[in-house]
Amino acid sequence: MATSSNNSTALLDIAEVSKSFGSVSVLRSVSLTVAKGEVVTVIGPSGSGKTTLLRCVNFLESYDSGSIRIDGKEVGYRDAGTRQRRSERDLAAMRAETGMVFQGFNLFPHLTAAGNIMLGLTKVRGKSSAEARSIAEHWLGRVGLGHKADSLPAELSGGQQQRVGIARAVAMEPKILLLDEITSALDPELVGEVLAVVRSLAEDGMTMVMVTHEMAFARDASSRIVFMADGGVSAVGPPREVLAAETTNERLRTFLARFRASHF
Amino acid sequence: MGYTLNFNLIWRHFDKLWGGLLLSLELAVISIAIGIVIGLVLAVWYVSAGRVVRGIIAAYVEFIRNVPLILLVYLVFYGLPTVVDLVYSAQTSFVATLALYSGAYLVEVFRSGLEAVPRGQLDAGKAIGLTPWQRLIHVRLPTMMRITLPALSNTFISLFKDTSVASVISVPELTYGAQWINFNTFRIVEVYLVVTAMYLMTGYILLFALRLVERWYRTAR
Repeated sequence: MATSSNNSTALLDIAEVSKSFGSVSVLRSVSLTVAKGEVVTVIGPSGSGKTTLLRCVNFLESYDSGSIRIDGKEVGYRDAGTRQRRSERDLAAMRAETGMVFQGFNLFPHLTAAGNIMLGLTKVRGKSSAEARSIAEHWLGRVGLGHKADSLPAELSGGQQQRVGIARAVAMEPKILLLDEITSALDPELVGEVLAVVRSLAEDGMTMVMVTHEMAFARDASSRIVFMADGGVSAVGPPREVLAAETTNERLRTFLARFRASHF
Repeated sequence: MGYTLNFNLIWRHFDKLWGGLLLSLELAVISIAIGIVIGLVLAVWYVSAGRVVRGIIAAYVEFIRNVPLILLVYLVFYGLPTVVDLVYSAQTSFVATLALYSGAYLVEVFRSGLEAVPRGQLDAGKAIGLTPWQRLIHVRLPTMMRITLPALSNTFISLFKDTSVASVISVPELTYGAQWINFNTFRIVEVYLVVTAMYLMTGYILLFALRLVERWYRTAR
């Protein structure tokens, strides 16, 4: 049984979070702590609750019980006990502390690459547009798109759009970065360029929680891997341990076997 | 048929048509401007409101859309002053009517545009910490505009043509000018040919201008 962690060094502390959509239980008492600088990868079959868990961390989804804290501060509710939802203004401020990159990129189509990055910097962080522009250019350079600052999303390839998506998230200097299947919508030859950016962020010490199907990448880039099944954490540990072929976890073994069969 | 077209009388009274056209455009611009405000406010309200407000807005839209404009014009100009103590000119009366009328159509256009904004974009706006108001202004409305511009152009052209209904309460717009020349010169075919051409050309110019706006909006940065 997963227990709530009182680890005070945890940057993200997810404690016994449960959620159901009607009669379907999508998260069953999920607990997970992530320390500063850790890269935690969540794997598991589709429908296991990975994405929902990630979306609860920045409260794009609400949850029925349990608590999620970032830096000791409850995310979606004023108080975990009374479950009184934060005001929209509070929620916006909380969300600004986390960055999220989406499977479908979700760039703002009317704004250029630089404009996408600048929106949060000017409206949320209150930076001048000149300052925001220089930050945007810095991050576009980091993701290899310094020359695309004035391109609209429609003029960029999927891989380029996703790199803008990453730059948009990290430019806000979030405490934690959430990556939701960020390469799933990409053509195979574009996956590498996006993963290279994630790897360089990890080397910089960015704390990340990612959901991915890129097993090789998960193995190489993660500090820990979490295997989710049926809305619960079924296994968690260092990559070599969790991805070991001789695991005794029946669900995990089936998942990995099926995965190897279809991906290698 | 021994009828020969003679446009001389039309040209002699052309100021009636030209002045009428300008008034038609004025009526359209003012009504549509008010209609846009009504439409935007109600559409934004609709998509975030509860069942009661939605019901009221839907009732307004359905009422307007199922009653002929000419009837609404009569109702506001002849009917309303008999029950409430208000004095207003035919022109004001028509602008108010067409504004309410265009508002109802524009609510529908804007509402479907707002609902077509992909949820992912709103999530992205939330994720970077924008407040609901900021998400509306910086994410939802700009995307809605790109989605609705083509439908919006059609509605605007259609509303411009609807200004011809103002002739029934003697507002001296283009169609009224045509009727005046018709009654005073009996050059029926000629005057309506000229007026048709005037509506057609104005419509095309409007459409062309709106297409430019669409293109500008698609590539603006």
